[in-house]
Amino acid sequence: MLLPEEAGGYDFGHRAAGLVAEEMGRNLTASPFLSTAVLSAIALRQAGGEHLSEWGPKIAAGEAVMALAIDEGAKHNPSRIKATAEPDGNGFILNARKRAVFDGYNADRLIVAAKSGDETCLFLVDPSAAEVDVERNAMLDSRNAANIQITNLHLDGKDLLCPLDKGTEVLEATLRSGRAISASEQLGVAREVAERTTAYLNERKQFGVPIGMFQALQHRMADLYCQIEETASLISAALRSIDTTSDSAEELTRAAKAKVAKVSRLATEEAVQMHGGIGMTDEVDVGLFMKRDRVLTEMLGDSAHHIDFLLKRRGL
Amino acid sequence: MTSLDEFRMETRAWLEENCPQDMRKAVTTEEDICWGGRNWTFKSEAQKQWLERMAERGWTVPSWPKEYGGGGLSGDEVKILKEEMKRIDAMSPLESFGIWMLGPALLKYGSHEQKLEHLPKIARGEIRWCQGYSEPGSGSDLASVQTKGVDMGDHFLVSGQKIWTSYADKADWIFALVRTEPDAKKHKGISFLLFDMTSEGVSTKPIRLISGSSPFCETFFDEVKVPMENVVDERGNGWTIAKYLLTHEREMVSNLDAIFGGSAGLYETAVESIGLDETGRLDDPLLRADIGDFLVDEMALTAHLAAAKDFHRAGNQLGARSAELKYLGTELNKRRQSLVVQAGGLEALSGPEENSGIGNQSASWLRSKGNSIEGGTSEIMLSIISKAVLRLPSLG
Ligand SMILES: Cc1cc2nc3c(=O)[nH]c(=O)nc-3n(C[C@H](O)[C@H](O)[C@H](O)COP(=O)(O)OP(=O)(O)OC[C@H]3O[C@@H](n4cnc5c(N)ncnc54)[C@H](O)[C@@H]3O)c2cc1C
Repeated sequence: MLLPEEAGGYDFGHRAAGLVAEEMGRNLTASPFLSTAVLSAIALRQAGGEHLSEWGPKIAAGEAVMALAIDEGAKHNPSRIKATAEPDGNGFILNARKRAVFDGYNADRLIVAAKSGDETCLFLVDPSAAEVDVERNAMLDSRNAANIQITNLHLDGKDLLCPLDKGTEVLEATLRSGRAISASEQLGVAREVAERTTAYLNERKQFGVPIGMFQALQHRMADLYCQIEETASLISAALRSIDTTSDSAEELTRAAKAKVAKVSRLATEEAVQMHGGIGMTDEVDVGLFMKRDRVLTEMLGDSAHHIDFLLKRRGL
Repeated sequence: MTSLDEFRMETRAWLEENCPQDMRKAVTTEEDICWGGRNWTFKSEAQKQWLERMAERGWTVPSWPKEYGGGGLSGDEVKILKEEMKRIDAMSPLESFGIWMLGPALLKYGSHEQKLEHLPKIARGEIRWCQGYSEPGSGSDLASVQTKGVDMGDHFLVSGQKIWTSYADKADWIFALVRTEPDAKKHKGISFLLFDMTSEGVSTKPIRLISGSSPFCETFFDEVKVPMENVVDERGNGWTIAKYLLTHEREMVSNLDAIFGGSAGLYETAVESIGLDETGRLDDPLLRADIGDFLVDEMALTAHLAAAKDFHRAGNQLGARSAELKYLGTELNKRRQSLVVQAGGLEALSGPEENSGIGNQSASWLRSKGNSIEGGTSEIMLSIISKAVLRLPSLG
């Protein structure tokens, strides 16, 4: 969806991709959409060149799965990448220990972020190489992920996704798109659980009336609704700003990711509470949404991570 | 060049030529805001000139039809005008309850004669209006108003008491909810009346707020004669108009900050009074975290208000969504003002008590507490949303 037409894509833009992701959030779809069609597609697109011509059409046709290997610890923090790419003749020797690589277990190619001196660089790595050890590590929300150990892997200059001095820029653009689209997915989670909870309030009776009659619950649902709607506007603004390459894209995206994490957590927590005992069981899907929600929050940075960025930008 | 681009260029040139230098700065005191009316004293010659020039073009109310004193501009053109005014930091030439509330209600429900009579005077800042809704016994339960209008053939005799009537002592006319059909059901017995505050039998008594100023009054009516033709729309249909007007009031209140200055002061105050640590972060991690939460919510609200404006411009009525904006906007403003005072510490808590709020941190903080009460409380907004949007069952 996000690939240019010459690479086999439809170039629909982030707004359209956001709508798809929101639906996936509503349906709890388990698919490599984010890892492959968003993160990897944007990385390839930003880098351009041969890799895009080779892998773009395969992604577009649904023939290839690709994964971005960036996180190294429990928390997302791209400014602390420790993976190294030591120059070696015409190429590099790559050493990396990556965690929570979404869709990394069955990926055809990995995009691995590493440091070469001060530069951040991105490599296209074939996970079937002997120096690459891929260990499956499914997430709480049954998303497919992997821990990946790369030991002394010799790489060619042409395995670089883009020139060294463009690595940071490409990575930033990739993360920006990934954050905005994952925010849309999380919005879908929030909307779906909130709607299901509202329906339950109309249906479940206690004290002879639907529990939705109780103002203590009504006001909490109304507050949640308002917050979800303003979050939706913020996410739309972020997606639009990426499509129009506006200067505010980075800030809006960070804010959207931070905001949706808070709102979606509230939505899932209220959902469990307002469903009562049944909310703690697999009888209703609320628990599944709760798990997906928490994984999405950690993916590509939690609220604190992004808020810290925004505050620093404002000089505090 | 599209016609909108042309409009932008013309507007820019006109503003450049006609906006007095003194009117090109942020609002810092109450007197910077021109409310107009018979008793208005202009703060400066520039303020007067600016109002006259803008009113001449109908740009005090750019979206209203020209025949009623407006600018006749399309939604897109209004947006451009606002952007161009912002570009040169131009102050708003006129703010008033007439512009925010009565105007939109008259445009929808008023007769042609009523529009011709009242709208141009609002646009030119000649007549200042106040809102006679609340009564001592009728706040959130507004439809229970008891002020009565007795049918005398060609006029009503209006008697009763209103309260919290903002600027009643400064206003020239009032729009009031009056029970004119005593036998009809609660919501069907109210008429929307317009009358002159200098009419015999009207008196006001100011009430002092915790923020130090006295912007609102108790308002008394003792057999005030109101001509029949001053009923807006049908007799007994006042509740419908009252609710419609409230949607405009709520939308306006949700965005008070745009009129009265932004949050920049919060960040500056925090850095100034607390300082930064060696990593360049505010040296109070807990306050910093609260400011961070606020910042994200402020960005969300800004995006949401912009989306609502687009929705409006596309010809839609906000309806119950105005309750959503009002709730979010006023609760956020309370947080903003509270954070400013927290960031400012004792500095923010000193200073003159007698102050309207604008340009004074502690007075602004105290005044903001009223935001989630005026125009319908936050609880009432949440009840409206649960009923009208979420469709949850309700008692009444
Ligand atoms: C700064 C300011 C300016 C104002 N300007 C004007 C003006 O110009 N003209 C005018 O007519 N009025 C004006 N008002 C009045 C305002 O509209 C009323 O104060 C408001 O509608 C609340 O009514 P009340 O004060 O009687 O409170 P009440 O209705 O008595 O409410 C008290 C508390 O009970 C809660 N409550 C009430 N009913 C319910 C319910 N059903 N469910 C849950 N909680 C409920 C409320 O939310 C509130 O917390 C102004 C008020 C303020 C603060």
